[in-house]
Amino acid sequence: MTQVFARVPIDLEEITTPRGKVYIIAERCKECELCIVFCPEDVLYSSDQTNAKGYHYPDVVAGKEESCVHCEFCSLVCPEFAIFTLAVNDV
Amino acid sequence: MSDRRILTGQHFMNGDEACAEGALAAGCRFFAGYPITPSTEVAERLSLRMPEVEGVYIQMEDELASMAAILGASSAGARSMTATSGPGFSLMMENIGLGVMMEIPCVVVNIQRGSPSTGLPTAPGQSDVMQARWGSHGDYEIVAYAPESPQEIFDLTVHCFNVADRYRTPVLLMSDEVVGHMVERVIIPTLDEIPIWERKRPAESSNGAFKPFEALDADLVPPMAYAGEGHHIHISGLTHDERGYPDLTPENHHRLVTRLVNKINNNADDLIKTEDQYLDDAKIVVISFGATARSARRAVLEAREEGIPAGFLRLISLWPFPESLIQEIAQDVDAFVVAEMNLGQMAHEVQRHVQQPVEGVFHAGGSMMRPGPILEMIREVATNGNSRTG
Amino acid sequence: MATAVLVEEHPLDSLIRDDRMPHIWCPGCGIGIVMRCFAKAILESGIPEENHIVVSGIGCTGRVAGYMDLDSYHTTHGRPIPFATGLKLANPDLMVTVFSGDGDLSAIGGNHLIHAARRNIDLKIVCVNNFNYGMTGGQFGPTTPCGARSTTSPYGNAEQPFNLPYLLAAAGASFVSRWTTIHVRQIQEDILYMFNKPGFTFMEVLSPCPIGFGKSNNIPEGVDEMELYRERCVVDPNVDMWDLEIDLREDRPIYVGRMVDRDIAPYQPVRLEGSP
Repeated sequence: MTQVFARVPIDLEEITTPRGKVYIIAERCKECELCIVFCPEDVLYSSDQTNAKGYHYPDVVAGKEESCVHCEFCSLVCPEFAIFTLAVNDV
Repeated sequence: MSDRRILTGQHFMNGDEACAEGALAAGCRFFAGYPITPSTEVAERLSLRMPEVEGVYIQMEDELASMAAILGASSAGARSMTATSGPGFSLMMENIGLGVMMEIPCVVVNIQRGSPSTGLPTAPGQSDVMQARWGSHGDYEIVAYAPESPQEIFDLTVHCFNVADRYRTPVLLMSDEVVGHMVERVIIPTLDEIPIWERKRPAESSNGAFKPFEALDADLVPPMAYAGEGHHIHISGLTHDERGYPDLTPENHHRLVTRLVNKINNNADDLIKTEDQYLDDAKIVVISFGATARSARRAVLEAREEGIPAGFLRLISLWPFPESLIQEIAQDVDAFVVAEMNLGQMAHEVQRHVQQPVEGVFHAGGSMMRPGPILEMIREVATNGNSRTG
Repeated sequence: MATAVLVEEHPLDSLIRDDRMPHIWCPGCGIGIVMRCFAKAILESGIPEENHIVVSGIGCTGRVAGYMDLDSYHTTHGRPIPFATGLKLANPDLMVTVFSGDGDLSAIGGNHLIHAARRNIDLKIVCVNNFNYGMTGGQFGPTTPCGARSTTSPYGNAEQPFNLPYLLAAAGASFVSRWTTIHVRQIQEDILYMFNKPGFTFMEVLSPCPIGFGKSNNIPEGVDEMELYRERCVVDPNVDMWDLEIDLREDRPIYVGRMVDRDIAPYQPVRLEGSP
């Protein structure tokens, strides 16, 4: 991603925006939607898929695959131990 | 500090103090209690002696906390004890049940006083006998002992810790104000003369595979892991399976409760203690326990001097009840007399196991029962007995 | 196109009894959030797992003991604190955390709460306050805000609730903080702080209870109550302790943060001079 700064930070080349990959344990989800509502990048939505208990577990919004910044808030706020992110190493 | 653990030698001390010394000799290192007459001296003595053996004396805010605290301490591996009387005993009931369900060894001392309610704080009673058996909710068995002297309080306190540890259960020491406050000679032996029964322990660290309630031995006692040993045990008051996880199905509930009950009942022979005199030729057997037994024994002696074939059975263990012994004795006797400092509790228990008449010498508490009324009842039974069985 | 990866295990599964997942708490309930923070704090505490003990009482929050893969004790209603006291004093090497709810700790357990705070027993208390007795269906309790509806206050709660931080401060606790389930990083940080602070350390965590409390009080989903926390929570170092009570009727701030942090020697059993 290219951005234009009025003044360029001297460590611009070293510091990159973190990126994350979302992992979901579908059977544990109870569709509370906390991860969806509180994701700062609106990466998640309640998918059409349901688990054995009938809850729609989340999935990544189409087009938002690169948007997760690995803030881990979904992982922190999920009461069910059902979602977490891992850092994707930038290339 | 092991020299302060046991005050070997001859002492002149009251029952409460002897109880405290028995606990220390048995290795008790945690006491949590709340002062209540007539058990206060147990707490007072332990507040003095526990620091000498680097144990813990903590005065909790009430008896509910005291009972919970001794369960916690025992779960961490300590031999733990509390002491109370009737009103506090009532408050401890829920957590006694927790101790039964969680199979946590501990000793609960009840120096009984006149009851019900606030009753007679400074005077004796023996009216918590049935409460000891049935006080907590649910089906369970309990082990309870009734000493008749300060010496016996010392000895039975040691025994209570041993039974508690071997069978992983709370054990009750049901004394009374007379024995608790009487001052008599107590001989404290050397440390190696004190029997110590160890708790059954897990084989070695199992990395989460150890099941805290799996009782594979014939005695139905599961090995006990302590907090902090890495076994990752879950111990709950909910009906649970061998792993400790809640399993609230009727089948599992029946299985668990039955095992807990059988754990005591099947091992009754190891738990029951009685003392008898003159049973060989007795036709009238007097049954008693605790302080009242001292008078009952006297009454039996005097009755025999009058030619009445009286015998004496002292219940040292109140629970489990010695059913088979009573039934065996009943084969050759005409009547029983039960003397107790209540309005009839153990008498009912005797009654349901025998066909013969069971007469009671009761009073509601407040003073030591004298031999007189017991002797009179023996005479009355002796006189009426012939016409009744004729 | 699904780009979230579906897996079977969570990084914290080593600390929870994953054979019992999913847990029993309702969708939107915050107890699981607090448990997750606790699990992470345990991993980061530097204290060996076997020394961590969890003691709980009766109620929804009390079920935490059954889900943590540690030595855990699920005791009687109101009594986890004295049970934990016995554990800790019998083996001071243990790090004992009491994890229980507002009803268990401040109603039936209230007496033990204040006495343990008075003695400053070295215990870590995590009190999940969801403003009602959830497990039994949503009755009001000592932390239910005034005016709130519950199954036993159908006309609105007529009682004043406890201001728990104020109560604990007055009782003598070394450390008291209050957060909500949206303050996930702070919860985790403060649990770690409590592990390192000897003495009676207490954290109140406000949590949604959509079924027991929320749906009768205009916050029907967990998300709704979390949004309420986000809007109304304020950290104000100058607020007075007696102004910390929670009232959901007015548009007042809900004060969160560290309320008490003082150095008081923790309770020690009596030892004679000259002994170690």
